[in-house]
Amino acid sequence: MTVARDAAPLREPGDPMTGPDPVAPAIWEEVELTEEDQELRKKLIRVWGDGPGLWGWIRSTSHASIGKRYVVTAFIFFLLGGLEAGMMRLQLSRPENSFLGPDRYNQIFTMHGTTMMFLFAVPVMVAMGLYLVPLMVGAREVAFSRLNAYGYWVYLIGGLFIYTQFFLNTGPDTGWFAYVPLSGPEFSPGKRVDTWAQMITFTEIAALAGATEIVITAFKHRAPGMSLNRIPLFVWAMITTSFMIIFAMPAVATGSQFLAADRLIDTHFFNHAEGGDALLWQHLFWFFGHPEVYIIFMPALGIISSIVPTFTRRPIFGYPVMVMALITTGFMSFGLWVHHMFATPIPQLGQSFFTAASTMIAIPTGVQIFCWIATIWAGRPRFATPLLFVLGFFFTFIIGGLSGVMIASVAFDQQAHDTYFIVAHLHYVLLGGAVMPLFGGFYYWFPKFTGRLMNERMGKWNFWLFFIGVNVTFFPMHILGLEGMTRRIYTYLPETGWGPLNALVSGGAVLIVASVALFIFNFFRSLRHGAVAGDNPWGADTLEWATASPPEPYVFLYPPVVQSRNPLWTEGRERPVFTGLRTDIRDTLVTTTLDATPDYRQNSPNPTAWPFIAALATGVMFISAIFTAWGLVVGSVLLFFPLVKWGWPDRHDQSVRYSGRGEIVEK
Amino acid sequence: MLHRSLQRALVVATCFLTACVAGFNESALRPEGPQAGRIGSLWWFMFAVAAAVWLIVNAFLVWAVRRGRRRDLPLIEPTGDAPMKRSVVIGTGITVLILTVFLVSDIATGHALGSMPRKDALRIEVKGHQWWWEVNYVDPTPGRMVTTANEIHIPVGEPVQIIGTSPDVIHSFWIPNLQGKKDLIPGHTTSTWLRADTAGVYRGQCAEFCGAQHAKMIALVIAEPRDKFEAWYNSQLDSAKAPSDSVTTRGQQVFLKSACAVCHTISGTRAGGRIGPVLSHIGSRTTLASGWLRNTPGNLGGWIVDPQGIKPGTKMPPNNIDPADLQALITYLESLK
Amino acid sequence: MSKIRFVEAITALAALALSSCEREDRRFREEPPAANAASTATLSPLQPGPTVREVKTHSPYQENAYMVNEGKALFNQMNCVGCHANGGGGMGPALMDDEWIYGNDPQQIFSSIAQGRPNGMPAWSGVLSNDQIWRLVGYVQSMSGQLRKDVAPTRNDDMFSGPSEQRATEMKPKKANPGPSH
Repeated sequence: MTVARDAAPLREPGDPMTGPDPVAPAIWEEVELTEEDQELRKKLIRVWGDGPGLWGWIRSTSHASIGKRYVVTAFIFFLLGGLEAGMMRLQLSRPENSFLGPDRYNQIFTMHGTTMMFLFAVPVMVAMGLYLVPLMVGAREVAFSRLNAYGYWVYLIGGLFIYTQFFLNTGPDTGWFAYVPLSGPEFSPGKRVDTWAQMITFTEIAALAGATEIVITAFKHRAPGMSLNRIPLFVWAMITTSFMIIFAMPAVATGSQFLAADRLIDTHFFNHAEGGDALLWQHLFWFFGHPEVYIIFMPALGIISSIVPTFTRRPIFGYPVMVMALITTGFMSFGLWVHHMFATPIPQLGQSFFTAASTMIAIPTGVQIFCWIATIWAGRPRFATPLLFVLGFFFTFIIGGLSGVMIASVAFDQQAHDTYFIVAHLHYVLLGGAVMPLFGGFYYWFPKFTGRLMNERMGKWNFWLFFIGVNVTFFPMHILGLEGMTRRIYTYLPETGWGPLNALVSGGAVLIVASVALFIFNFFRSLRHGAVAGDNPWGADTLEWATASPPEPYVFLYPPVVQSRNPLWTEGRERPVFTGLRTDIRDTLVTTTLDATPDYRQNSPNPTAWPFIAALATGVMFISAIFTAWGLVVGSVLLFFPLVKWGWPDRHDQSVRYSGRGEIVEK
Repeated sequence: MLHRSLQRALVVATCFLTACVAGFNESALRPEGPQAGRIGSLWWFMFAVAAAVWLIVNAFLVWAVRRGRRRDLPLIEPTGDAPMKRSVVIGTGITVLILTVFLVSDIATGHALGSMPRKDALRIEVKGHQWWWEVNYVDPTPGRMVTTANEIHIPVGEPVQIIGTSPDVIHSFWIPNLQGKKDLIPGHTTSTWLRADTAGVYRGQCAEFCGAQHAKMIALVIAEPRDKFEAWYNSQLDSAKAPSDSVTTRGQQVFLKSACAVCHTISGTRAGGRIGPVLSHIGSRTTLASGWLRNTPGNLGGWIVDPQGIKPGTKMPPNNIDPADLQALITYLESLK
Repeated sequence: MSKIRFVEAITALAALALSSCEREDRRFREEPPAANAASTATLSPLQPGPTVREVKTHSPYQENAYMVNEGKALFNQMNCVGCHANGGGGMGPALMDDEWIYGNDPQQIFSSIAQGRPNGMPAWSGVLSNDQIWRLVGYVQSMSGQLRKDVAPTRNDDMFSGPSEQRATEMKPKKANPGPSH
C-alpha cells in the first residue's frame, strides 16, 4: 500500500487547538504531485470524465454532476413554492382580501404544498445524499449510475409537467393530500387531479431510484476498512432515509394510481356506494405521508451530525446511540400515520396506539439532541455560518417537536387538527428541522461543490433574517389555530379578529423572502469572487474533505483505506490508500457489507444518453395515461427499446478508452 | 397545570392579539362546555411543560456553547465522556417520563371526554353539503323533527349528540368553544358529544377542505336556556308564517313562480325543493350564506340576485328579479320567523 | 424537413395544451351570448321556399369539463333521471342514442329543455337560467359521446349505472326527423 499526500488535516491527534480560528482559505498544504501521479491523473480524467458540451452533460452519469443539477433544480422548485407561499400570504394579510379568488387560491396552496413536499424537500435531500455519500464512503461513483441519471430526468420531466399544467390552468386544486371524494371524479372534473396523481409517479420513481443507489453504495461500495461502525452519521441518516423511501413510496404510488383509475376508467376504489371507501385513500396516503416527513427530516439530522463535529472540533458524542436513534426513528415513523386521521371515526382504542407511538418517537430525536449538546459542551465551537444554522435548528425545531407531541394526543388534536396550529407545527419542524440544517449544509459543503467559500458576513445576515422571519411568520399561527382559523381558507371575516396576527405573519414572510434572496446573492457572488477554498477549509474529518474542491471526476486519485471512525483526524498526513484498480475502464471495488473487506471488482457503467431517452419515454407514458389508458400500453412499448439499449452490455467495455473530448481513441 | 391567573393572563393576551373584542368569541382557549374545558386543561398543562422543556434544553445549549468557547478548559476527548453519558441518560429518562405523563393525560382526557353524561341527550344530525350545513333534529315522533340549516340551537347545560355524515365530500364540524372537531365523511356516520354550559353564540368553520367555498362554510351553535330553546323549537315545528299583507303575498308569489321553489322548501307552501337549505324560518336566522353574511334585507337581496359574487362557485344561481318583486320577496322571506 | 416536423409537433402539442385552459376554466358568473337561443333555433330543415342551409351552432360549454360536470349535477338534481334515466330513457326518450326527435344541434337541445316538448318534457326556462340550461346541453351532448374524452364527465360516487359519459360510444346523430315518431 502506498501513501498519498492529499490535503493535510487540521489537527494532530491529541493536540488541543491553539491559535487563531482557521476559517480561512489558506490552511491546506500545496502538495506537489509526482510525475507518476500526474500520468495517473490524466488517465483517470479520461476514463471518468464526461464528454464535452451539452450532449456530454445530457449523457453524464457522474454522481457529482447529477447531484449538483438535482440540488439546483430542487432549489428552483423551492423558490417557486416560496412564490406561491408569498401569494398566499398576500391574500391572507387582510380579511376579505380580493387578490386571489377561490379557484386560484386553491390551485396555489395545492401547488405550494406539492412543490415543497414532492419537488423540493425529498429531492434535495436525496440529491445531497447522491453527491456526498459516495465521497464519504470513499467510492468513486454511486452504484447504478445510469439509474441515477434516469431518476433525475424523470424528476425533471415530472416537475416541468406539473408546472406547465399549472400555467395552463390545469394545476391541481384539492390540496397536496388530495382527499377523496373531493379529488374524485364527481367533484373534481377535468384533468387537474390526474395531473397531480401522475406527477406523484414521476417523483416517486426518482426517489426510489435515488434511494436504491444510496443503499447499495453505502453497503457495498465503501472503502476497505470502513466497517459499519465507522460510517459517518450522514451516511447512516441517508441509509435510513433510503429504506424509508423504499417502504413508504409504494403506498402513495398505489393510492395515486387507484385515484387515477377511478377518474379515468370507472373503477370504484374510493366509491362507497360500490364497496370502496373514502378512508382508504387517507390510509394509503398517510402511510406514505408520515414517513415522508421523516424522509425529509432525517438527512437534516445527518447534516447536523456532520457540521457539529467539524465546528466543535471533536468527534460526535455517543456514536452508537446516534445510529440507533436514527434507525429507531426510521422504524417508528411507520407506526404513526393515523395521527393525521384523529378526526375520523376510527375507534378510540386504535387511535390511542398511534398517540403512544407519536409521543414516543420524540425519544430518539431527543437523545440525538442531547448528544449534540454534549458534543458542543465538550468541544470548542466556532461560529461559522453552518454552526449558526445548527443552533437555529435547536431553537426552532424543538418548538416544532414539542407542538408535535401536543398534537400527538387525540383529545388536543381534535381541537388543533386542520387549523393553523398544524400549519405552525409543520413549518417549524420542516423549516427549523430540515431547511435550516440544509442551509447550514449548503454553507458547509459549498466549498466542496465549487472550490470557493461563501461570504461569512452575508451568511450571518442570511441566518438571522431567516431565523427571525421563520419565528415571526409561524409562531403567531399557533395562536390563530387555537382561535379557530382553519386551514386552506382563502379569506376570513374581519369579526373573527384574525386580521392583525395574519398581517404580522405576512410581514414575517417578507423577512424570509429577504433571507432567501440574500442567500442567492451570496451564492452567485461567491461562485465568482469567493475566497478559494482548499480541499478541507473547515478541517473536517470525513472522507469527502480528502478530495479536491470541487472533486475531480475520478474523486480519489488513490482510493482510501479507512482505519478509524475519523479518518482525516486520526490518520494525519499519511493516509493509507490502495492501488490495483484498472485505469483504462471505470473499475470500482465492491466490499463486504459488515466489515468492508475487499470483495470483488465491478465495472461502473460508461456515460450514455439512453437513460435520458428512457426518461422521455416514461414521460410520454405517464402523461398520455392522464388522457387515455392506452397511453400506458404505447408508453411501455416506447420504453422497452431505450431500456434494452441502456442495459446492453458493451462488448468493448473492457478495453475502450475515451479521449478527453469523449471520442473513442482506442478499441 | 398552569396557574389559573397565568392562564387567564395568557388568554387575555391572545384575546388582545386577535382583537376578540371586535366580534366573535370563537376560540379553543375560551371553553364554554366540559368537553372543550377538558381539552383546554390538557392544553395548558402540555403548554406549561413544553415551555419549560424548551427553556431548559436551550439553556443547556447556551451553556454548552459558552463553556466550549472558553479556551482554558481542556478539549474533552472521547475517552473522557463518562459524566456526559450520565447526563444524557438522565435527560433521556426525564424525556421518557414527561412523554409518559403526556400519554397518560391524553388517555385520561380522552376517557373523560367519552364519559360526559349522556342522559336524555338531544340528538342532532348534521349533514355537510358543499357549502352549507343541513341540520335535522332527531325526535322519536316524526312529526316533531325539525329541519333547518347552518344555525343549531341547543339548550344550555344539556348533553347534545351531533351525528354527522355527508352526501358529497368530506367536511368537518367544529365549534372550538364547545368540543373538538369531527369529520363528516360520505359513507360513514360519525358521532360527537358536546354540552354548552353558558348561553351564547358559538361559531365554527368547516375544518376539512371541501372545495371552492370551504372558507365560507360556517356553523353557529346558539346555546340558550331550556325555555327559550323550547320556544324556538316549537316555532320551527310550525309551518312557515302565511303572508299577512299584500307585499308579503306578492313576495310569496314571486318565490313560487321563480326558480326558488325548485331547490328550496318553505313548509306549508308548494315549494318543496330539497337541493338547498330549508327556508321555512329563514327570518329567524341570524346569518345568511352559511354564516357568512348577517341576515339583513340588504344582504338577503344581494344574495338572491348575485350569490356568485359573494360565494363564487356556490350552487345557487343568480336570479334576475325585477326590483319591486325583489323587495316583496325579501319582505316575505324576512317575515318567516 | 425535420425542422418542419418539429414545428408541427410543437404546434400540435401547444394546441392540445392550450385547450386545457378552456377545459379547466371555472366560470362562476357567466351569461353566455346565446341567451335567447330558445326563440331562434330551427327545429327542422323543412322550410317553405328555397332550401335553408343548416348552420351548426356551438354549445358554449362543450369544451369546459367543469361546466359539463355541473350539468350532470343539475341533471340529477332536477330529476331528469326520473324520465330519461342515465341516458337510457324510460318515460322519456333515450339521450345516449343517435335518435334526436327535436334535433341534436346545441341550440335545438337548448330549445327542447327551455321550451319543453310534447308528451311530458317540462319547460325549464322559467326555472333554470340560460347558463344552467347550457350546462345541461353540454351534459346531454356528452351522453351520446359527442364531447371530447377529456371534457366528458366520469363516474359519480354513486351506485354504478353503466359506463360513464367519458366512455360513451360516440353516436353520430341520424338526420333530424321532422315531427315525433314514437
